[in-house]
Amino acid sequence: MGSWRVYPAVVVGGFRRYATYRVATAAGVFTNTVFGLILVYTYLALWEARPGLGGYDQAQAVTYVWLGQALFAMLAFQGGGFEVELMERIRTGEIAVDLYRPVDLQLWWLANDVGRAVFQLLGRGVVPFVFGALFFPTALPGEVAVWGAFLLVLMAALVVSFAIRYLFALSAFWLLDGQGVAQALMVTGLFCSGMTLPLNAFPGGLGEVVRVLPWAAQLQVPADVLMGESALWEALVFQGAWAVALLAVGRLVQSAATRRVVVQGG
Amino acid sequence: MEAFIELERVEKVFEVRRRTGFLRRERRQVRAVDALSFTVARGEMVGYIGPNGAGKSTTIKMLTGILTPSGGRLRVAGIDPSRERTRLAHRMGVVFGQRTTLWWDLPLIDSYKLMHRMYRIPDARYRENLDRLVEHLDLGELLDVPVRQLSLGQRMRGDIAAALLHDPEVLYLDEPTIGLDVVSKTRVRDFLRELNAERATTVLLTTHDLQDIEQLCSRVMVIDHGRLVYDGALAGLHEAGEGERTLVVDLERELPPIEAPAPARVVRVEGPRQWLAFPASEPAAGLVARIVAEYPLVDLSVREPDIEAVIAKMYADRTDRAVP
Amino acid sequence: MRGASRAVEGVRAYGLIAGMWIRSTMAYRASFVLTVVGNLLLTGLDFVTILLMFSQVDALGGWTLPEVALLYGLSVTAFGIAQLAFGSVASLGGRVRDGSFDTLLVRPVPVLAQVAADRFALRRVGRGVQGVVVLGWALVAVEVDWSVGKVLLVPVTVVCGAVIFSALFVAGGAFQFLAQDAAEVQNAFTYGGTTLLQYPPSVFGRDLVRGVTFVLPLAFVNWVPAAHLLGRPYPLGLPEGAAFAGPLVALVCVLPAAAVWRLGLRSYRSTGS
Repeated sequence: MGSWRVYPAVVVGGFRRYATYRVATAAGVFTNTVFGLILVYTYLALWEARPGLGGYDQAQAVTYVWLGQALFAMLAFQGGGFEVELMERIRTGEIAVDLYRPVDLQLWWLANDVGRAVFQLLGRGVVPFVFGALFFPTALPGEVAVWGAFLLVLMAALVVSFAIRYLFALSAFWLLDGQGVAQALMVTGLFCSGMTLPLNAFPGGLGEVVRVLPWAAQLQVPADVLMGESALWEALVFQGAWAVALLAVGRLVQSAATRRVVVQGG
Repeated sequence: MEAFIELERVEKVFEVRRRTGFLRRERRQVRAVDALSFTVARGEMVGYIGPNGAGKSTTIKMLTGILTPSGGRLRVAGIDPSRERTRLAHRMGVVFGQRTTLWWDLPLIDSYKLMHRMYRIPDARYRENLDRLVEHLDLGELLDVPVRQLSLGQRMRGDIAAALLHDPEVLYLDEPTIGLDVVSKTRVRDFLRELNAERATTVLLTTHDLQDIEQLCSRVMVIDHGRLVYDGALAGLHEAGEGERTLVVDLERELPPIEAPAPARVVRVEGPRQWLAFPASEPAAGLVARIVAEYPLVDLSVREPDIEAVIAKMYADRTDRAVP
Repeated sequence: MRGASRAVEGVRAYGLIAGMWIRSTMAYRASFVLTVVGNLLLTGLDFVTILLMFSQVDALGGWTLPEVALLYGLSVTAFGIAQLAFGSVASLGGRVRDGSFDTLLVRPVPVLAQVAADRFALRRVGRGVQGVVVLGWALVAVEVDWSVGKVLLVPVTVVCGAVIFSALFVAGGAFQFLAQDAAEVQNAFTYGGTTLLQYPPSVFGRDLVRGVTFVLPLAFVNWVPAAHLLGRPYPLGLPEGAAFAGPLVALVCVLPAAAVWRLGLRSYRSTGS
């Protein structure tokens, strides 16, 4: 397992690395705000035509949009987190070196991604969210406890997001094509997370399916906790179950991949 | 001799912005090239050297039309490169040592076919040039190999051929031997010598490897801090910089310092190994013969002075002279 | 006509370079097929979202599904063409940062053609194909009093839309000469633009519609001509015949884009960064 003191340092390193891209961060804030604007208007029209859709009122739908934009970079819905680097290391074979390091591969990358995510939340998430709250009617809670619960759920969402992307990245051990994997990650990440439409607004059976998939733990569940549509323990059980399951599968796949690397000699 | 490349007090000034505080920024002008003047005659082969950041690549970029000079007059084949970049492109070839322009996933020959059409090279001339380059650079068996499978040396040869298919009058080479093994270096140098001798192609090459210059160039220009600090023969450079080579001698046993004929002298002794410094402008043969005759020798090697050291020394000397 | 001959030279070079990239892609055939399918799926997501919305409502902003599909088809087809042809300009910042942009400047062909054809990605046809399919269905499904003028308006609108989006890609690329890390700003206008246009103008705030009509005239990609086809009033009072102004608007977009490109390139050549 190595020294536990390594991981906090990796978190800080991940944060710092992203913090150096000031211009890119500002550009991202701008883009997230523009996309938020476009989505807000379409949702307003949708909820005007069908008030109460998915149990949300208009203000809740608007809040959902800006939350999605705020978490977009943090949870890397369309990729762009640690997995890009991990896949590149697998492709070039440098991963063989990592496997012999005295640190746990999965934990190491998790720490790295936590650092990145914390920066993205602060650097890219806060401004679009505040912009949305200032210029549109939103449904934000007044109690500090709800915000605390929300932060807790957000951390769990990050772990699930990490676990999903870790699995996608490890597929690079078997698939040569990084482009295809990135696309699959993007399609599922945007659609199944509810970035294009809240999952509770999905119709019928499709809605029931997407709401129990792990992607629901990323945006739908935190949104529901923030807006009082879901109890904290319910959310944490759902997210926790998926996190544990996916991380465990990740470890299994990782050991299979390790054997493969050892057998092939990298 | 006809001047092919002419620079008259050419300048390149960059504005650099530096963050000095959270929001404060400082603007500073950096003179990458400062009143640079030289001419290169048609058919000359010139080495262009200097430490990193001295202004070498800025000069090459102005000569090739990539960058516009901030001042002065610059002509290549009578053309102002920054104004008539595309017209000049037909008459020059460029090889960036660390950056291939070949198509990574395609067989080498495909990149040449692209050059054929992009430069509108007449069919007969293309075929003739290709045959000649393939023969001289030994590319025959590589033509159908995807570029990504070529070794560094093979790729460099491939890149040089790509730059010459359209019969350029001038060839710019940026670190053409960097990272190559000894055999590949020799092959590239042999080819360049032939090219220059047979086709009178003007060649300007930047390098960190003094042997490139030694074996290829009758003339070397040294640039530092954007100014030309030396222009002449390589031997003269060593004199100007009082460059010294080092002879490393391994004797059979520990002995007192070797008594070498001046100006050669022992500079260091470590057990049976001794280091002798001697002027770079003098051949090593005499000194070596003398030691072989008089001492029980196991092995010896000659170390070239590196360019950085020579230039640093030149600078030190110039400052010394300025302050008597 | 020096400009015209340069344009011809540019198109020729574009063809040569794009051809090389297509052949490079075909070196990994299976991967290519996979990414085309992936691209179809990815770009189709937007329409799936629209379908999901219409599974809950009959009209959005007063527009029916076939009508919104018409907007979608026009916007995505035009954007698909532009992205296929000029999308690579968006990665110019990377080329400038790693210094490989210089290698393009020593070639005897126009730089814009080289940048646009760089890494030419045939898989991007997915978006256009998907747009054409939706457009085809929408044209059959909508109720329009077809006339010769209206029939002609459809292809003219697609072409003009493609030109408008292309101008946006080029201008965005030129912006990266100044700020190499700001590539994402461009996405707000290109991808943001095509997303915006997939929904009826009646959905959006008046100021936004005004901006998209008069400042950055994206509205001529589909909103204005589609409103004419469907006989719907456009939220802003536009003169009669505005639906046919596409070619003029396209020209108005191309000229500043070309100027900005030249400016950006000049600034690069004087600063080297």
